[in-house]
Amino acid sequence: MKPAQFEYDDPQTLDEALELLARHGDDCKVLAGGQSLVPLMNFRLARPGRLIDINGVASLSHITSESGRLVIGAMTRHVELERSTEVARQSPLLTEAIGWVGHSQIRSRGTIGGSVAHADPAAELPAALAALDATFHMRSKQGARVLGWKQFFVSEFTTALAPDELVTAVQVPDQDPSTGTAFVEYARRHGDFALGGAAVTIKLGRDGRCENATIALLSAGPAPVRAEAAEKQLRGARIDESSIHAASVEAVKGLHPTTDLHGSTEYRVGLLQTMTERALTKAAERARSMTG
Amino acid sequence: MTKATATPEAALQGIGSSPLRKEDWPLVRGEGTFVADFKRPGMVHAFVVRSPFAHARFTTIDREAALAAPGVIDVITAQDLPDRGRPIPTRMFKDEGSNRFLQRPLADGVVRYSGEPVAVVIADTRYSAEDAAELLRVDYEPLAVVLDPDDAVAEDAPLLQPHTGTNVAGHLVVEIGALDEAFAGADLVIEEEFWIQRHAAVPLETRGLLAEYDAKTESLTVWGAAKIPHVNRAILARLLGWNDERRIRLIELHVGGGFGARGEFYPEDYLIPFAAMRTGRPVAWVEDREENLRATNQSREQVHRVEMALKADGTFLALKDSFINNTGAYVRTHGMTVPGLSVSMLPGPYRWPAYRGEYRSVVTNKTPGGTYRSPGRFEINFVRERLVDMAAHRLGIDPVEIRRRNLIDRASFPHDTGTLFDGHPVIYDSGDYVLLLEKALAAFDYEGMKRWRKEPASDGLRRGLGMGFFVEKAGPAEREYARVELNENGDVIVYTGTASVGQGVETILAQVCASHLGLPYERITVVHGDTGVIPEGMGAFGSRAAMLGGAAVMRASEEIKRRLLEAAAEELEAAPADLVLTTMGVSVIGAPLRTVSLTRLLSAGGGVIKQEDRFVCELLGFPYGIHFAAVEVDPASGAVHIHRFAVAYDIGRCINPVLVKGQIAGGFAQGVGGALLEEFSFDASGQPLSASFMDYLLPTSEDVPDIEVLITEDAPSPLNPLGVKGAGEGGTAAVGAAIANAVSDALGREVTRLPLNPQRVVELATA
Amino acid sequence: MNRKISVEINGQVVDGLVEPRLLLADFIRDNASLTGTHLGCEHGVCGACTVQLDGRPVRSCLLFAVQANGRRIATVEGMAPSATTLHPLQQAFHESHALQCGFCTPGILMTMEAFLREEPDPTPERIRSALAGNLCRCTGYQNIITAVRLAADRLQQTRA
Repeated sequence: MKPAQFEYDDPQTLDEALELLARHGDDCKVLAGGQSLVPLMNFRLARPGRLIDINGVASLSHITSESGRLVIGAMTRHVELERSTEVARQSPLLTEAIGWVGHSQIRSRGTIGGSVAHADPAAELPAALAALDATFHMRSKQGARVLGWKQFFVSEFTTALAPDELVTAVQVPDQDPSTGTAFVEYARRHGDFALGGAAVTIKLGRDGRCENATIALLSAGPAPVRAEAAEKQLRGARIDESSIHAASVEAVKGLHPTTDLHGSTEYRVGLLQTMTERALTKAAERARSMTG
Repeated sequence: MTKATATPEAALQGIGSSPLRKEDWPLVRGEGTFVADFKRPGMVHAFVVRSPFAHARFTTIDREAALAAPGVIDVITAQDLPDRGRPIPTRMFKDEGSNRFLQRPLADGVVRYSGEPVAVVIADTRYSAEDAAELLRVDYEPLAVVLDPDDAVAEDAPLLQPHTGTNVAGHLVVEIGALDEAFAGADLVIEEEFWIQRHAAVPLETRGLLAEYDAKTESLTVWGAAKIPHVNRAILARLLGWNDERRIRLIELHVGGGFGARGEFYPEDYLIPFAAMRTGRPVAWVEDREENLRATNQSREQVHRVEMALKADGTFLALKDSFINNTGAYVRTHGMTVPGLSVSMLPGPYRWPAYRGEYRSVVTNKTPGGTYRSPGRFEINFVRERLVDMAAHRLGIDPVEIRRRNLIDRASFPHDTGTLFDGHPVIYDSGDYVLLLEKALAAFDYEGMKRWRKEPASDGLRRGLGMGFFVEKAGPAEREYARVELNENGDVIVYTGTASVGQGVETILAQVCASHLGLPYERITVVHGDTGVIPEGMGAFGSRAAMLGGAAVMRASEEIKRRLLEAAAEELEAAPADLVLTTMGVSVIGAPLRTVSLTRLLSAGGGVIKQEDRFVCELLGFPYGIHFAAVEVDPASGAVHIHRFAVAYDIGRCINPVLVKGQIAGGFAQGVGGALLEEFSFDASGQPLSASFMDYLLPTSEDVPDIEVLITEDAPSPLNPLGVKGAGEGGTAAVGAAIANAVSDALGREVTRLPLNPQRVVELATA
Repeated sequence: MNRKISVEINGQVVDGLVEPRLLLADFIRDNASLTGTHLGCEHGVCGACTVQLDGRPVRSCLLFAVQANGRRIATVEGMAPSATTLHPLQQAFHESHALQCGFCTPGILMTMEAFLREEPDPTPERIRSALAGNLCRCTGYQNIITAVRLAADRLQQTRA
């Protein structure tokens, strides 16, 4: 289990990195935290001809808060996200989600940019970012662009990133004080990829009715799934056991997660419904405690 | 200043105390020498090229490109081996029929499981060996596969060895008592089918070897031996065609866990020494994890069809079982050990007027099988203890009560079950099963747990209690060697034929020696695992090291003491009974000035006294125990949370309580893996789906709760002078049984399959 | 193309000319001859290869040696203060029977040493959770949790 040979570059600036990407395009892989890529290389299931290691690009590592939004540099490591008081205050859903990612050794290295660019449908951060309506800042030598989560995540392990393009930052709107959020998942063992999970937000109005809700599911399809019909159903509704249950039933309609050795499609659909229900219940409680 | 009195037992740190382990110091400092840590000058690296197909024919292996790759020294295929590779013999539970299914070191024209070795690449580094392996071209032509044990015995099953006309490698029937009458007279008959999934030992250190050939002396040295160095030396000599096995030296280094799988003779145990001879270079091979999960012995896969006959009052009348054991593509060194243990030990701790057990052990296109901690018993304890609970449910009798009524009573020991294991009669040597049950119920507050069970749980969780009563076995391979040497400085060296697999054998044998020689633990060094230093030995497996190895050390130690006291008695003009041995010499008790020094006593022997012993015991020891599980089950996610788990275990005599508890806690963790997490799955073409730690799920610290342990010594074994029975496997034996019973109780559904993975639990809950 | 690198391991600078693909674990084991760091899976699950990179626990099988160029690595060999004494964690593992075969132990020690620096007074539940990224096949973890708690007590006493 030793990786095949590759060429290696370790640019120290973003421009150098983009220059290398422009030059080598298809044959190279960006090495961020490496916690998903390197295992695949050790199994020789991935064998890029060249690695562009962006760990030296200091400008990509930052957490900043500007005019109502949180901007997280792509090379921000999970451990930094986990411990950031800013993130905990402005986007507690991310803090909660990161607790489910791997183990401490993985979180020491793994990065938010790497996680979203890898686009594993069972990963926590993409689903949480989908629930938060995050946007993704991307750069290439040609220029910069910004995509919403829906355009960014294309399919299993596939994003809208062009071969010469890099995620530079993820941007998350600040959380409204009357919003409750929750991240719930179930895995065979804690730290494993989830068999199913849900990231939700619920914003309550003064009348206690739901003003807005977002529900994003992981391990539900080829990319993070937003349960839009269920969200719509909740909007304007009184949040109680029965509306939460009805929304959870709605959320999994039409889903067809893939059967594998850890669970069948049928099992996973049932689990997703349970996870949605539990996440909504928790988020509603939190929203009430904020508004109450 | 010395005091000529016997050192108090506690100061000696002998039997019954828990001194700090002798093994730990280098291991906690990172100064251990596991085989991958060991290097020799000029060493090169082997990579074993394995079949990507579960069943395929091939005619050519094109190695030109691989041989031309950078750093490559050699590429070895079956045609390079003498006789194209001789079959690896079984070392235990030999069965004539199974000899038709032995594995050769390299596949020759047909591969029968994904992971079977087809070639060995030798290169300057592991990296370049892996590069070159990708250049090897083999013209595989896939064949039909058979994977499932039932399919293997089907009329039209693809055959692994067509010339044999069958996939059944071994078949045995045991019949005791009047079975038909018992069933005819029964008030209740329960029929059920039980499945136990394929899983395995998976020690954290993978296998590995380093072999070096000395052409001048025509001798081989192999580092990385484990468990049974002397046995493997004999097998290697036989496969090489060498008459004098003393030309081979096997050396054990630090060993990163065994649990049944490590240390057996595998294809690589021949191929790496052969490669060293062929290339003239020291050759190192370290299995990687992906290989480990495809190549190293797997275990446990059985399907049982069982019938149990009872009276309405819960009295057991008869048990009938026909099962198929999936041994994988070849019969490896254990022969029929696993199904043999299952069939001989299914009756367990109960009285059965009649019993019929039958196994068929079949070959399939999966990784070959062998033993895994509590082999054959983890499986049948699940089967029997589930049946007992089902009977209790049907008859409306408390599960504890139905067991109590049927336990073998203490007056019946030694209890001859009438079955045989590998030629050894299964005679339970000693026991008081009811006493252990009563002690365990009290220690674990079973009544309190019943109240807990009835309290409402939060979040829709369902609570359940379950138990498993089991008989274990210890100590096969009937002899063991020890040599004890005491020098004039008062230092002791114990040479043992047993081996270390990480379990603490140095510590416990030093304790035995301390107690019986009367010298302190810290002055005793234990040497093991080097065929160049120790003339013979049977190794460490089946919980035998303390039982046989310990007895040999005890007798040799006592004999040294006796000889020294006798020699000193004349000089001191005192009776041996009035003398004491210390690190200084032999003195008269209470008269410290009347001493003969060790220097003087040992002068005739060149400053050292030596004593060998070979302890022989034809019979097996049978420790016994109980597992209790309290679980909370989430019927929506299928999560099984172990709220509490307790183990009561009578091991005859406990040499080191801390180490025994450690064995039980570790064994339990492996049982949790088998009950809830671990499974080797294959797709329809026989491709392994669990060949990584992402999919083969070992329990983590969050999956294994702390357990409570009650060790008792109420039934010492009469078979050895120490009274010990071996304690290595009781932590694992009934975890599947107890958790399955608890989950059945929680859901009100009868569990018949392991593991209890989330999907299975949800299906049961909603059935 | 081989690269010249220079890595500080346990306070000693180790130079090497390495292929980019050389795993950090192999560099530590082969180039620096520090074989206390073990490889148990080479895909980032078992934790046996855990070392500290600039003070944080990382899996050395998921890093390339070139990535450690100019960085500071700590391995198990650097823990004990001398040849005749042990670090309080090592001592606690010895006293609590927190190891059997010892193969996973170095990785666990490196993870727990970093953990106790972050959380000097953890509950057993926190220790259990922090330990979950290191597999042990022998002990059932119980004694490891006891040992880490014992070491935490002693380390706190030393600081106080």
